[in-house]
Amino acid sequence: MSRATSSPLRSTAAHAVLIAYTIIALFPVLLIVMNSFKARNAIFRSPLSPPTPDTYDPVGYTTVMAQGDFLLYFQNSLIVTVGSLFFVILFGAMAAFALSEYRFRGNSLTGLYLALGIMIPIRLGTVAILQMMVASGLVNTLTALVLVYTAQGLPLCVFILSEFMKTVSDDLKNAGRIDGLSEYRIFFRLVLPLVRPAMATVAVFTMIPIWNDLWFPLILAPSEGTKTVTLGAQIFIGQFVTNWNAVLAALSLAILPVLILYLVFSRQLIRGITSGAVK
Amino acid sequence: MSSADTIRRPFRWHILVFLAPAILVYTAFMIVPLAGTLQFSLFRSIDRVQTFVGLDNFRTLFGDPRWSAGFWNALWNNCWFFIVHMLVQNPVGILLAALLSSPKLRFAALYRTAIFIPTILSFVIVGFVWKLILSPLWGIAPWLMSSVGLRGWFAPWLGKEEHALTALSLISVWQFVGIPMMLIYAALLSIPDEVIEAAECDGITGMAQFWKIKLPLILPSIGIISILTFVGNFNAFDLIYTAQGALAGPNFSTDILGTFLYRAFFGFQLQLGDPNMGATIATMMFFIILAGVCVYLFAIQTRLRRYQF
Repeated sequence: MSRATSSPLRSTAAHAVLIAYTIIALFPVLLIVMNSFKARNAIFRSPLSPPTPDTYDPVGYTTVMAQGDFLLYFQNSLIVTVGSLFFVILFGAMAAFALSEYRFRGNSLTGLYLALGIMIPIRLGTVAILQMMVASGLVNTLTALVLVYTAQGLPLCVFILSEFMKTVSDDLKNAGRIDGLSEYRIFFRLVLPLVRPAMATVAVFTMIPIWNDLWFPLILAPSEGTKTVTLGAQIFIGQFVTNWNAVLAALSLAILPVLILYLVFSRQLIRGITSGAVK
Repeated sequence: MSSADTIRRPFRWHILVFLAPAILVYTAFMIVPLAGTLQFSLFRSIDRVQTFVGLDNFRTLFGDPRWSAGFWNALWNNCWFFIVHMLVQNPVGILLAALLSSPKLRFAALYRTAIFIPTILSFVIVGFVWKLILSPLWGIAPWLMSSVGLRGWFAPWLGKEEHALTALSLISVWQFVGIPMMLIYAALLSIPDEVIEAAECDGITGMAQFWKIKLPLILPSIGIISILTFVGNFNAFDLIYTAQGALAGPNFSTDILGTFLYRAFFGFQLQLGDPNMGATIATMMFFIILAGVCVYLFAIQTRLRRYQF
């Protein structure tokens, strides 16, 4: 690019703004994680200093482990998130393939019908969903959550993936057909591997709201055995408001898994966004 | 008509197989419940029997001062919540994206990753973290403000009726600024180099280049962000619930449609839960969101000029 857009003054200013905002973005997170390792009076006396050997105290974590059943909550969250993700991606990719590959009557109408869900939040159907789950005996099961989240994630997944699948070359698919591959094998063997970056994007966009959701776990599965981490942390915080060590430790524990997943996926995410339907 | 259409093809089962699972799950757990909500709002439980009452629930919602006051309050608060997002979140997101996309910027990936981190956090964490930071008890916020000489300006914002909603809106902005940033960033990157170079040949650089060349090109993305913000905001619930509880205190000053719906449906403390009134409120939210989306689709999107390269 030209010199005009990269003068040192300009880039210094850009860095200053970005660094300032990065601090704003990260400060609260750091504050929580840092203080969760400190003893109670150190949390209050010097909240901004990192833990030193003097002030180090993991009492918060031991309380959390002893009181809340966090391992079980983690397991529940993981099952729900991975399960929903699997079905969203599989069903979504299949539908996206059908919509982008074949011409049939009602194609665009079906596409529109599936896209409706991007705009209208599923939450507004909560009343009826709860009744349905009560009627089918699925209240307080993880299955209920997986089903609802699958429905919730499908519209966006179909929308994004069908845009991507339009870019897969017809010649390749036709070559497969001539070689006698069935339509199913063309989909699973040829097309799916080619849209992997797009699937990663969809996975992140689908995963974050599911992992973080409070509404449906609160309504559909609030029992002890089916609590997710988000709901568990919320309830735990409510009970332990004054036990700051425990609260900070619980918050840190809830931050960590998503953070790791995000860092793992973030490369793929950028690649997916910058080359895809979202733009 | 092509010849393929005149010869009757065998029924292509694979299309059905590909579409069926998605359509079934989506219809059963999204469309049917939404339709159920609409239908449910027309019924009322009289002597434990669901009875059709026409638009009576809506009459109660708008006519009964106890309901209508709460509804209008929640609706206005929700509008303010949305206005703050439009005025702060989206411009800040665009600014950050514009800075990030400037060529040869070092550490761009690092900034991008860091600024997106709040977006991946759950509301439980966000709500509680900010409650701690703004709490006069722990004293992070007062301490920070006094270090820049603004000690006198500190107030327990979340506890004051006149500031609480704005404070929560800004917290939500802090959390979600990553989304407009990412989408605008992607849009900026997709502007071809030739266009930028042509502008530079004509002597349009720096700020002028952004306003005259890039901004018009990313307007469709800004439109999409606005509508996503709108749908997200009018559907918000979690942040208010985790920070202020279902009563959306102080004195309902942070009550938005989501919390109003929650209380109507499940009841809270002195209020008894009423699924039919809950469905009525959800129906109103449905129409509000639908109206917003229609305004966007017919009034704004059709006027946006799209450029193809």
